[in-house]
Amino acid sequence: MRIIARADVTEAARALCIEANRRLPDDVRRALETAFQRETNPTAREALRQIRENSALAEATGLPLCQDTGLAVFFVTLGQEVQVDGGLSEAIQEGVRRGYREGLLRASVCQPFRRANTGDNTPAVIHYDLIPGDGLRLAFMAKGGGAENMSRVTVLTPAEGWRGVTDFVLNLVAEARSNPCPPVILGLGIGGTFELAALLAKKALLRPLDDRHPDPDMAAREAALLEQVNALGIGPMGLGGATTCLGVKMLAAHCHIASLPLAVNIQCHSSRHAELEL
Amino acid sequence: MTVRRLVTPLTDDLIAVLRAGDLVTLSGAVYTARDAAHARMADLLERGLPLPFDLNGAVLYYVGPTPPPPGRTIGSAGPTTSCRMDSHTPRLHSLGLKATIGKGPRGPEVLKALQEHTAVYLGATGGAGALLSTHILKADVIAFADLGTEAIRLLEVRDMPLLVINDCRGGELYARPRTAESAGPAR
Repeated sequence: MRIIARADVTEAARALCIEANRRLPDDVRRALETAFQRETNPTAREALRQIRENSALAEATGLPLCQDTGLAVFFVTLGQEVQVDGGLSEAIQEGVRRGYREGLLRASVCQPFRRANTGDNTPAVIHYDLIPGDGLRLAFMAKGGGAENMSRVTVLTPAEGWRGVTDFVLNLVAEARSNPCPPVILGLGIGGTFELAALLAKKALLRPLDDRHPDPDMAAREAALLEQVNALGIGPMGLGGATTCLGVKMLAAHCHIASLPLAVNIQCHSSRHAELEL
Repeated sequence: MTVRRLVTPLTDDLIAVLRAGDLVTLSGAVYTARDAAHARMADLLERGLPLPFDLNGAVLYYVGPTPPPPGRTIGSAGPTTSCRMDSHTPRLHSLGLKATIGKGPRGPEVLKALQEHTAVYLGATGGAGALLSTHILKADVIAFADLGTEAIRLLEVRDMPLLVINDCRGGELYARPRTAESAGPAR
């Protein structure tokens, strides 16, 4: 059994919260740069220029990229031969508490009806995958409210199939318009069950924008759907233009013979996430 | 692109010439309010009590900033999604509010109020909170301090870069999605 000190996990979580909120991943920066270079609509181009300047400014000053520093979501991959001294979940929550306080990030978590803010951005939402071995990997995502509010889960019928998936996604993005801060990234969870689809959709947002789905059929569907979404013409910040979406990322699971679960988790252009192996 | 310079307080004459698509820079006094502050203001109005600031010619910015680093007046301060405030906005326009700043489309009740009360909806770039904060010279909490980031702040802004999204004559800048012309703002 490998023992990991609770303090090490807390420090890792703290650092991830701060780092992700100040610096966009390289793949996201490259995708935004490409969008800027090819945009011809002047107002949309100006929005992308501001987004680029904002990214450089945040990195240089340590100011958060966006005032919505997100609800903290963690995907933890835990080797079953690992034990965290003093409790893994509480170690992560303490890291979030410190990261949001010390990084001057916004406390954006409240009780659902009384709306009382917890003041330190906890509790974070933590998902666990148990795997063989003695590794421990933390992936952090700062999930903003604007794009999350536009996300949806449904259960289609097998007869609706891929056409049903594309119709649902296109209608959703069209209805959301500029609310989720386009150019967006679409995480699609396909198959599984009602709740697994949602989890897969969020996890899909951790995939690098420039990766390619290992299944050629899925890769082709992602590319086709990306083209269809961009044909909507919503454009950067809804101003019209070539880039409504930076990437469509799917994760699939086997499902019941009666069902085709589908979840669409929308992410804003400020796709802030970071990972680290302990 | 020509840029119009706006200075608060905004008057009907200033608003009347603005058209959807105009680039503007805004300087002067701007009040912040988002979900929780709007709920408090609605409660005050229902009880016949005065609001914590004068709405006449005022500008409201939908923002919940991050805490200020040492030596700065405010942290990141970009726009939040405006449609969550739609149910409150027409009444505030009827009481003299001249402009709101946010991102995302507004509902029909707001678009009607803009025309009835000669007001505009201005868009700031979502996800550019660090950059927008450099246009804020001063920020003071003036009401509902217990709401933290959602408190009402009085900002002094200089040359804040904005776009006229909806003008007072029914014009709208946002693109209509090509395959879903009928799609209204999502709630």
